[in-house]
Amino acid sequence: MTGMDDLIRTVTSQFVRDDIPEFRPGDIIRLYERISEGARERLQPFEGVVLKIAGTGVNKTVTVRRVAAGVGVERTIPLYSPKIARIEVVKRNTVRQSRPYWLRRVTRIHKIQ
Amino acid sequence: MAWVMLGRKVGMTQWFDGEGRALAATVVQVEPAVVVQIKTPERDGYAALQLGAGDIEERKLTKPLLGHFKKAGVAPKRFLFEVKVPDPTKYQVGQAFGVEIFSEGELVDVTGVSKGRGFAGTIKRWGFHTRPGSHGHKWIRRPGTAGPMGLRKVVKGKRYPGHFGADRVTVRNLQVLKVDKEHNLLVLRGSVPGPRSGILRIRKHDAQG
Repeated sequence: MTGMDDLIRTVTSQFVRDDIPEFRPGDIIRLYERISEGARERLQPFEGVVLKIAGTGVNKTVTVRRVAAGVGVERTIPLYSPKIARIEVVKRNTVRQSRPYWLRRVTRIHKIQ
Repeated sequence: MAWVMLGRKVGMTQWFDGEGRALAATVVQVEPAVVVQIKTPERDGYAALQLGAGDIEERKLTKPLLGHFKKAGVAPKRFLFEVKVPDPTKYQVGQAFGVEIFSEGELVDVTGVSKGRGFAGTIKRWGFHTRPGSHGHKWIRRPGTAGPMGLRKVVKGKRYPGHFGADRVTVRNLQVLKVDKEHNLLVLRGSVPGPRSGILRIRKHDAQG
């Protein structure tokens, strides 16, 4: 049977959002996550450098690294999760790798060209 | 009353629920079913609908089966199955059913034939542990002992290598996440047995005739 992947794509296309800006590995992005505290809901930002973009369609994930209180934190988040309120691109960078893991060793990440 | 439909596994994906959790999901394409024959208590001793699903070329059927479809005035179908109903007079031959009989949120049981794994060893087939690959070990994936020496025989049902997979497997209580009437698709929470495009039997829990 052909076109079975197309069927999966059509049925999951309701989750794929187009309000997410384009960004590349190496860019610095800030994503706002919905956190519900009881009845209240607030947005929590997470800003860091994009180390990896993986998957396609609903399965697309983004790995973002930031240094929080001296500890490196890497989060891999489903890009089309309804918990993500919005994503901002803070700074665009040019890196040559699609998986720029060497950025882990860069301490002043906002300062690169 | 258990209503049954046939379908094919399309593949797996993920699904976000209302709370933003990503759930493992399986997409199933339901084959529309048509009533081919109505069985009544008077004539057949029980009340049921005989349903046909999946198209097939005429030349692939035997002549008696072809006649059976001709009598019903229904296009030839690949699969025939029965669904017991309390009141068969409510239905007529040629009536069609599709995914619309399922509703989002309900629970279904899915039966299929699991992927065949051929002649498999004890590790794959029974989940035995391997022995270490190093530190002087000579046998890594072998089954080990068959039992105590004093017994002078091997106990019946001893787990050994052998044919694994291609069994009839039922997975119960899968939640229907989405019904896509346009493409005849069902999205179920969790996994179902068998390979992609494998035939599945989907049973509703609480169908009423």
